[in-house]
Amino acid sequence: MNIHEYQAKAILRNFGVPVPEGHVVYNSNSARDWARRLGDGPWAVKAQIHAGGRGKGGGVKIAKTADEVKKFTREMMGMCLVTHQTGPEGKIVKRILIESGCNIADEFYVSFLVDRATSKVTLMASAEGGMDIEEVAAKTPEKLFFEPIDPLTGLTAFQARKVAFKLGFALPQVKQAVLVLKGLYNAFVESDCSLLEINPLVLTKEGNLICLDAKLNFDDNALFRHLRIRDLRDYDEEDHMEIEASQYDLSYIALDGNIGCMVNGAGLAMATMDIIQHYGGSPANFLDVGGGATIERVTEAFKIILSDKKVEGILVNIFGGIMKCDVIATGVVEAAKQVGVKVPLVVRLEGTNVALGKKILAESGVDIVSADGMADAAEKIVKAVKG
Amino acid sequence: MSILIDKNSKIITQGITGATGLFHAQGCRDYCDTQMVGGVTPGKGGTAIDGFPIFDTVEDAVKATGANVSVIYVPPIGSADAIMEAVDAELDLVICITEGVPVLDMVKVKHFMQGKKTRLIGPNCPGVITPGQCKIGIMPGYIHKPGPVGVVSRSGTLTYEAVWQLSSRDIGQTTCVGIGGDPVNGTSHLDTLQMFEADPETKAVIMIGEIGGDAEEKAAEFVRDHMTKPVAAFIAGATAPAGKRMGHAGAIISGGKGDAASKKAFLRECGISVADSPAEMAQALLKIWQP
Repeated sequence: MNIHEYQAKAILRNFGVPVPEGHVVYNSNSARDWARRLGDGPWAVKAQIHAGGRGKGGGVKIAKTADEVKKFTREMMGMCLVTHQTGPEGKIVKRILIESGCNIADEFYVSFLVDRATSKVTLMASAEGGMDIEEVAAKTPEKLFFEPIDPLTGLTAFQARKVAFKLGFALPQVKQAVLVLKGLYNAFVESDCSLLEINPLVLTKEGNLICLDAKLNFDDNALFRHLRIRDLRDYDEEDHMEIEASQYDLSYIALDGNIGCMVNGAGLAMATMDIIQHYGGSPANFLDVGGGATIERVTEAFKIILSDKKVEGILVNIFGGIMKCDVIATGVVEAAKQVGVKVPLVVRLEGTNVALGKKILAESGVDIVSADGMADAAEKIVKAVKG
Repeated sequence: MSILIDKNSKIITQGITGATGLFHAQGCRDYCDTQMVGGVTPGKGGTAIDGFPIFDTVEDAVKATGANVSVIYVPPIGSADAIMEAVDAELDLVICITEGVPVLDMVKVKHFMQGKKTRLIGPNCPGVITPGQCKIGIMPGYIHKPGPVGVVSRSGTLTYEAVWQLSSRDIGQTTCVGIGGDPVNGTSHLDTLQMFEADPETKAVIMIGEIGGDAEEKAAEFVRDHMTKPVAAFIAGATAPAGKRMGHAGAIISGGKGDAASKKAFLRECGISVADSPAEMAQALLKIWQP
């Protein structure tokens, strides 16, 4: 789960991490009032959407007067912000963060994440702050520093010092950095983050460290023990189809193609998308119906797939293990009748009671093309869609 | 021979009184008389369910039954604790089927396991099967056949697909291992390949990977440098868009690292026969090996 920058900063503040004073606003009049209350300018006016690269898209502006804060807020509110992370459709700005500005002397990059290779939370840092960190990793990997953290001790002071000296800090800033980094680590583990990224961490002209931006992602599997964090979920930032699907325990992700897919198991679902492309087609979605594909869930899955107007054909690929193929076939037939599937429908069943399952499909009276194996299924649906 | 489990394995089920735990304990017992010797549910010790004796702790269960393997269906909130209890009881092998275990819980579990004898498979995995001898987990037993091919995979149904392709060509399997899709898990592709290489009955291997991370690359380096047996592979997720999570926590791709194309290219450089289509996993193996 993702949250907004202003929410992330509020969490960090609770862990003693220095962040700029600021307030989120929903209209331009309160923007001016909050700016005045925050003190003297300049102020940063920052669009709150769940995507990076906001500055380049016009979603971050520096205002010198309170009236300018109001003006920028009015311009930004409701605008469609397009960045390299939003996709071409962009995102509508509905919340704006007004923040005290600071005098930037230098910028750094700091993040925490779980490294699969070591199975440890790892601190990653670079003096190349404010830049795209993937670019730094690709072009100048020697400028990235890593510090794997022992879960028993947490981030130790010496590790934080090591990183701070590598970043080129003078002693007063090294001492500050130890506190900042330990605070960030504590926020990461106590909130069950999957990613905590500060880009940039700023050194001000006054010699203070402050987190100018903050991105927190959370481990969805741990949200059961973080009710306050779960409440921060902003449904406006998520695909409405994906939300709908999640209510039926269906794992759905919309893609750009025209062949809808319904599969059991995430790995097989990904492989099904791959094989459609392998035969020259283009998948419209990822959809995992899970282990217990009941009639209700298959029906909902059909509805979700068909609500995507790009879909010109559907491929159902089920490997019945514990689930029996005859049960799945009945579900597909019932659902297809209920929903009224009008596009070509290819069904590939394999596994327990497959012969009975295919018989049910054949005798259903519903226009279903039965396939033998994944390759046959992919070829048939690609051909049907291309006409 | 085989790896990890065989007809002598004695298995207890942690979380046996839950519907899922009991259903699969019965299914495993029905498969070639796998020795499902009991279960653990705190507070229900001394009772029994469908012929399975129940114990309060793993320690009690091991003392009474001589179990050397545990399989876990405990819900995510208690999974990490269940794994650590099994490790503390010095079992040889723990297989955690549960999906949705918090990653930071697994970070602690991995730390706890250091220096201990137990091997962990999973979490978020279908389990392990040695066809004709022993089934531990949720996979459909009947699609498997005893034979010479080892199978290792992060995903469940895609493993069944590979097994099906082999069995329908009358090629059996030594052991099929589902290592699970989570970012922090007990056993890697590399660990499993090392076991297959050391197992005299395994003559060839199919490895199924996914986008994200570099576990498949590390396994491929082992194939290149140390493995004498032929390996075929498939990498799922060529069509997955950047930054999107595809069901498995493991299958996330960002910034071009760990994408399917670069993984496949590296695996090929290491001498692995890579299937471009998931329908051709068995064919990819047969290109470089004849049973």
